[in-house]
Amino acid sequence: MFALIDCNNFYVSCERVFNPKLIDKPVVVLSNNDGCIISRCDEVKRLGIPMGAPVFKYRSVLDDHGVEVLSSNYPLYADMSHRIMSILKRFVIDIELYSIDEAFLSFHGFENYDIYSYALQIRQTIFRWTGIPTSIGIAPTKALSKIANKLARRYAIETKDVYIINSELKRIKSLKHSSVNDIWGIGRRLSKRLEDKACYSAYDFTVLPKAWIRSNFSVVESRLQQELIGESVLKLDFRKNKKSIATTRTFEKPLKELKHIKERAATFVVACAEKLRKQGSVCNIMIIILRSNFFRKNLKQHSAIKIVSLPYSTNSSLVLNSQAMHAIDQIFINGIEYKKAGIIVSGLSQINNCQLNMFDQEDPRHHNLMNAIDNINFKYTDKVKFGNQDLKIKWKMQQNFLSPQYTTRLEDIINVI
Amino acid sequence: MKKNNLKFFIPESESTLEAILISSGISAGFPSPADDFKQDRISLDRELIKNKEATFFARVNGQSMVDAGLDDNDLLVIDRSLEPGNNKIAVCLIDGEFTVKRLKVEKSRVWLQPENPSYKPIEVNEESQLIIWGIVTNVIKKV
Repeated sequence: MFALIDCNNFYVSCERVFNPKLIDKPVVVLSNNDGCIISRCDEVKRLGIPMGAPVFKYRSVLDDHGVEVLSSNYPLYADMSHRIMSILKRFVIDIELYSIDEAFLSFHGFENYDIYSYALQIRQTIFRWTGIPTSIGIAPTKALSKIANKLARRYAIETKDVYIINSELKRIKSLKHSSVNDIWGIGRRLSKRLEDKACYSAYDFTVLPKAWIRSNFSVVESRLQQELIGESVLKLDFRKNKKSIATTRTFEKPLKELKHIKERAATFVVACAEKLRKQGSVCNIMIIILRSNFFRKNLKQHSAIKIVSLPYSTNSSLVLNSQAMHAIDQIFINGIEYKKAGIIVSGLSQINNCQLNMFDQEDPRHHNLMNAIDNINFKYTDKVKFGNQDLKIKWKMQQNFLSPQYTTRLEDIINVI
Repeated sequence: MKKNNLKFFIPESESTLEAILISSGISAGFPSPADDFKQDRISLDRELIKNKEATFFARVNGQSMVDAGLDDNDLLVIDRSLEPGNNKIAVCLIDGEFTVKRLKVEKSRVWLQPENPSYKPIEVNEESQLIIWGIVTNVIKKV
């Protein structure tokens, strides 16, 4: 059996643990730079405000209902997530940290135990110790556990936030109660295509002919179908290292000048390269993204993605930086107000088993230089920068509604009377 | 087959950060006679934090608990995993505010008892919403 445990409205729940004034109020948490709504409490969900909604579009609805709006406080969420994952490790050995607020658990070897009451106990412990409510879905496969999780959450009163699919009857009933949209990994576009084929519920999806799925979709969807039928094909993923690393930001103010765009890109490249070195990886692909503000329909729009295949696998800030600058020169258009930029590095491999190249090799001195830079920056927080970084401008994130770092800064801990 | 309720054992989750380096290396000289006696350095983290996933800190604001040794601006160590009980000092949420008081349980009645004669005890009645947020385990004060 597998379980998916998911923290309910995680960011909002974290804020509520430390700020009692938010408990009975509608609350949303915004993305970096206060652009979009990325966490909503149940009351706000009922108002019909969708996930990822741009805050300016819903300003009046938020105001009308007295919704508390908060900037994202990642140091707090990361600490709370870490606590929850550590608690989970006390209950089960096999655990896959799926995201900041979700984890897959394997109950392999627990066959003779009452898994349902064990799950209730896990849920209660997390709630007592951290104050964060969770819901748990249990089923014979990962994809079904995701379905069970959604049902646990949707019918929270009946299920007490824990739902188990442990019979054929329950499996079919659960799938009939779930839309194709609820299936793990079926995006909006795909579910549209399925609905065109009169496939509405997750159950409809499981009875589509296997051959048809294989010829019309990819191997991912045909695996999902197997999983939903009850054959476990997806195992827990213990890979510690990430498959790609991204740093993307929305700018506080739109940027028009090439040198400013380049500064931001260089800073993002350095952040990605640092993360690569931290996990001992190198990359051979870099993706550079530039985008104007789609919501400003009256302005000239431009969105560009440049994929650079690197001559050799690297994690050197110098190499990545010069490649990124070259790419930006190619895609940048004068006169566009850019709102967002991002760097993604991909094609990662471990530094000691990456493929060697016949002609191009990295200057071996880069390795030592990067080591030295990392050491200095770790000790003195970001003192070494590259020539095209900084420009003496203060780049700060827009975080106008930021809560204190209750668990990671001593000056910020709660006050009790 | 009869289904059992699962009992679980909580492993010690001490960090090893405070350990001192034991090895005196491979050298031709006389080995350190103290090597066999080296022990971990005293760690306040380990002393004061018994369950680090459930431990949080708070700052005392005010005088309501001075007689229990909780002065204004003291730092409290709070363990949320401990069972609340009579006479325990707890951080509570009552009517939307954090407060630290001693819990008094008499039959079916619950009081939040200040430790300062000039403060009145708060009786928890059916209308007031009480959440026991965590149990205070230690007070840290500057001298």
